[in-house]
Amino acid sequence: MTTVTHTPVNGLTHLDALEAESVHIFREVAGEFERPVVLFSGGKDSIVMLHLALKAFWPAPVPFALLHVDTGHNFPEVIAYRDRVVAEHGLTLHVAHVQEYIDDGRLTERPDGLRNPLQTVPLLDAIGNNRFDAVFGGGRRDEEKARAKERVFSMRDEFGGWDPRRQRPELWRLYNGRHTAGEHVRVFPLSNWTELDVWQYIEREKTELPGIYFAHEREVFARDGMWLTPGAWGGPARTETTERRLVRYRTVGDMSCTGAVDSEAATVAEVITEIAASRLTERGATRADDKVSEAAMEDRKREGYF
Amino acid sequence: MSTTTPRRPVETTLLRFATAGSVDDGKSTLVGRLLHDSKSVFTDQLEAVDAASRRRGQDAPDLALLTDGLRAEREQGITIDVAHRYFATPRRRFILADTPGHVQYTRNMVTGASTADLAVVLVDARNGVVAQTRRHAAVAALLRVPHMVLAVNKMDLVGYDESVFASVEAEFTAYAERLGVRAIVAVPMSALAGDNVVEPSAHMDWYAGPTLLEHLETVRTDGDPADDPARFPVQYVIRPQQGAYLDYRGYAGQLASGVLRVGDGVTVLPSGLSATVAGVDVLGTASDAARAGQSVTLRLAEDLDISRGDLIVAGAPPRLGQDVDATVCHLHEKPLRAGDRVLVKHTTRTVRAVVREIPHRIDIDTLDRCPGDDGLHVNDLGRVLLRTAEPLALDDYRDNRTTGSFLLIDPADGTTRGAGMAGPFIESEARRA
Repeated sequence: MTTVTHTPVNGLTHLDALEAESVHIFREVAGEFERPVVLFSGGKDSIVMLHLALKAFWPAPVPFALLHVDTGHNFPEVIAYRDRVVAEHGLTLHVAHVQEYIDDGRLTERPDGLRNPLQTVPLLDAIGNNRFDAVFGGGRRDEEKARAKERVFSMRDEFGGWDPRRQRPELWRLYNGRHTAGEHVRVFPLSNWTELDVWQYIEREKTELPGIYFAHEREVFARDGMWLTPGAWGGPARTETTERRLVRYRTVGDMSCTGAVDSEAATVAEVITEIAASRLTERGATRADDKVSEAAMEDRKREGYF
Repeated sequence: MSTTTPRRPVETTLLRFATAGSVDDGKSTLVGRLLHDSKSVFTDQLEAVDAASRRRGQDAPDLALLTDGLRAEREQGITIDVAHRYFATPRRRFILADTPGHVQYTRNMVTGASTADLAVVLVDARNGVVAQTRRHAAVAALLRVPHMVLAVNKMDLVGYDESVFASVEAEFTAYAERLGVRAIVAVPMSALAGDNVVEPSAHMDWYAGPTLLEHLETVRTDGDPADDPARFPVQYVIRPQQGAYLDYRGYAGQLASGVLRVGDGVTVLPSGLSATVAGVDVLGTASDAARAGQSVTLRLAEDLDISRGDLIVAGAPPRLGQDVDATVCHLHEKPLRAGDRVLVKHTTRTVRAVVREIPHRIDIDTLDRCPGDDGLHVNDLGRVLLRTAEPLALDDYRDNRTTGSFLLIDPADGTTRGAGMAGPFIESEARRA
């Protein structure tokens, strides 16, 4: 707080405008809800969300807890990052474990081994048990065409369901979060950000990320056109062989469905150049679970997924 | 991979715009063309569209599949709801509110236009200005979208004839001027053939204006000049009560208009108390001022009782009172009638209110007044008089889109029933013409 900046004269840059909008959304939720929570996976979008929340309430602490739905197949580097950030900012972290649900029979492992779809039940239980009334997610409308229809404030019924035909119109900056007991609101402060915006903001703010977002050598094997990391989650199969490659991750999720891409981008600046030239979307390149059907994302969202 | 030289993206400005057009005007093709020709469609998205088109037995990829995201939309071949699209050129980032042209157009267009800096109204060159065009223009004018583009599409089907374009432009401009719209740019184009959308047309050398994309890239959006009255709705009070910030008390919010500088005298509404700006913190960094659009935290020199819902103002003050006279776009299937109890959400303040009277509906085709006795039905626009339980500090919507707008909310189930704009202005402008 020793430097004094001067206000820009020619309008806000796109990053300033997106930042101001997201901060506005965080503050609206803080002002209107009793028990909000921020979904935090340790991925870049949730890291940017947390960074924005820290700025929105500075110099006071973030008035929300964090919630992580742990599939049991997470990258160890990401879990370590998560725990470090939580400790550094004195945050409260709730963890819902998919593994516990499988172990005691409440969920059954899918034949294809994907655990992302299994997150929905533990997520809804955690929301219900903790009586969270607003749940921040890092979803962006540019990710997927069902998400392009998503509101910033998204009403969910008592089953966590999303009904695209019954969405409230969202006008001006007037977000309507009124809900009845049992319902909750999903809030997406990064709705209007693109993958490139997120990376440019990370560069500008010098935000630290888990190392797997940058090029590194790793044992991988090919499946469905993606490079997967071997692990206790079940890969590789007998017919699949591993090799050592220079790769990085564009998204970070469950190891069973998140693929790495060949990359030499070792810095944020190099990642930005790489993304700007890429002809593949983030999810198209690296997510197996969206390829299940034409409406995979929409179907999961209707059931309560993000 | 790409054969173009990777260009390092830079920080640039953001334009929010909305498209309006009826189903057969070629809006999906226009949006597809903008995304495709600005190289914002990715290989995997095109492959998915190719595969889906083939499954349905279509020969060519159907670009509408790029934008119709929901299962029901693909099954029925219709667009249900506003979708947001994102694309960028080296000069600007764009957020496109893609509003469907179907039955619910007023509701959807109000949603898309409420945050737009610019509206694109699409017209089929063969049909010219039709009732639907007038509705789109009226909604954009009512919502005070600062810039309007008339996209005269399907010029290829009228032989790229300059006189066709000129007559559509003249008719539209005359109508829009009656609505008080001044900044109109008309572009003759063929979205299907790619004329004047992103690339200049080889068929219309009589047209000297910009392509649609060129105009979107260069139109000025830095409204809210410094001499506008300052409006700062208080969202949240920040009081750390710990460490080095034991005595810190800041009012967090997004400046709706104008500029607030350290040392400025301000008034807090509804209390009417005076104060002085002692500090402006821009997300953790002290600044000399806050400008419109910034989310900041204000510190005041005086120790006052200020909370969420208060409005900090400088310059000409807004009206403060419990009687609200507004134009309402009704958005819900349940009609709005005199005597209804509602909640009014205005900036960060929500108050109880009752609908006192609905003097008239507005026929959006003719801008004529109709009797309002039957109330407002879904997609209706009308003048509504409200009485609020507590005073509201309202600007005219024509002066300020943030402090002049409000939601009508159903107190029973929390649904949004209507969009309100303070000041009954649209019919007065139409009469003046």
